Amino acid sequence: MKFGIVVFPGSNCDADAYHAVVDALGEQAVYLWHKDHDLQDVDVVVLPGGFAYGDYLRAGAIARFSPIMRSVEQYAARGGPVLAICNGFQVACEAGLLPGALLRNAGLQFICEPVRLRVESTQTMFTADYSPGQILHIPIAHGEGRYHADATTLDRLEGEGRVVMRYDGLNPNGSARDIAGIVNDAGNVLGLMPHPERACDARLGSTDGLGIFTSLLSRVAA
Amino acid sequence: MTRYRVSVEIRPREGILDPQGRAVADALRTLDFREVREVHVGRYVVVEVEAASPTVARDRVTAMCAKLLANPVVEDADITEVAAL
Repeated sequence: MKFGIVVFPGSNCDADAYHAVVDALGEQAVYLWHKDHDLQDVDVVVLPGGFAYGDYLRAGAIARFSPIMRSVEQYAARGGPVLAICNGFQVACEAGLLPGALLRNAGLQFICEPVRLRVESTQTMFTADYSPGQILHIPIAHGEGRYHADATTLDRLEGEGRVVMRYDGLNPNGSARDIAGIVNDAGNVLGLMPHPERACDARLGSTDGLGIFTSLLSRVAA
Repeated sequence: MTRYRVSVEIRPREGILDPQGRAVADALRTLDFREVREVHVGRYVVVEVEAASPTVARDRVTAMCAKLLANPVVEDADITEVAAL
């Protein structure tokens, strides 16, 4: 299976995602440069963490208009899986691939630390390998991770089982309803503030993030 | 065609938690400005455009706000000035 990792100017978790796919999962990965249009027939697109285009104006606001994103939007509309992590989640919201927005953390500080996540739905191609209610230890690293959407949208996300992960116990950033990750209505785009790609190697403290990649492997490759 | 300077004020939408504004308000009260009730921190964007009239300049920048300059999910944008240069 081939993962395509988008590289914007300012992406800084692209190599982490590559390591997770190639070394931890044992699959192929290619980098997709933001100025290119060609997605190189990848099976999954990863929008990685970082500070694309310096987060100028708003996080993700300028990245969403980069040439590669036009291809990613078409690919997502056809049902192609997109794993949008951290800054990638912000880009996906700006691009309209996911509802809502990510705002400045309630405590105003950039937070880089492991958090407890609860798997809320295993009915997605990203989480099929987890068990319902499973607790994961995965790091966050963001200053703008407070998920916001209006009450109607939040109700709909919850009603449709699209809140995939929530912060368990401590909500680090003030996200609405403790939301850490959501999928789009077709279920093929996952936005997640925590970094599963940084939790795929026991030497780095946790392998709890690997389940996202193995879920994709079994669901998408099948 | 005339060149216009169009000023845009972008603020967090009312009702959305604005921790930055709250922190500034707290700091002001600490400095004894006890009359402070609320503070909101936004962005100020100045766009210079070529346009046939001030109305066209305003309309074009309004379109820019909708597309890029502001995020309508969480922000309000107002054009505060259209000045011929």
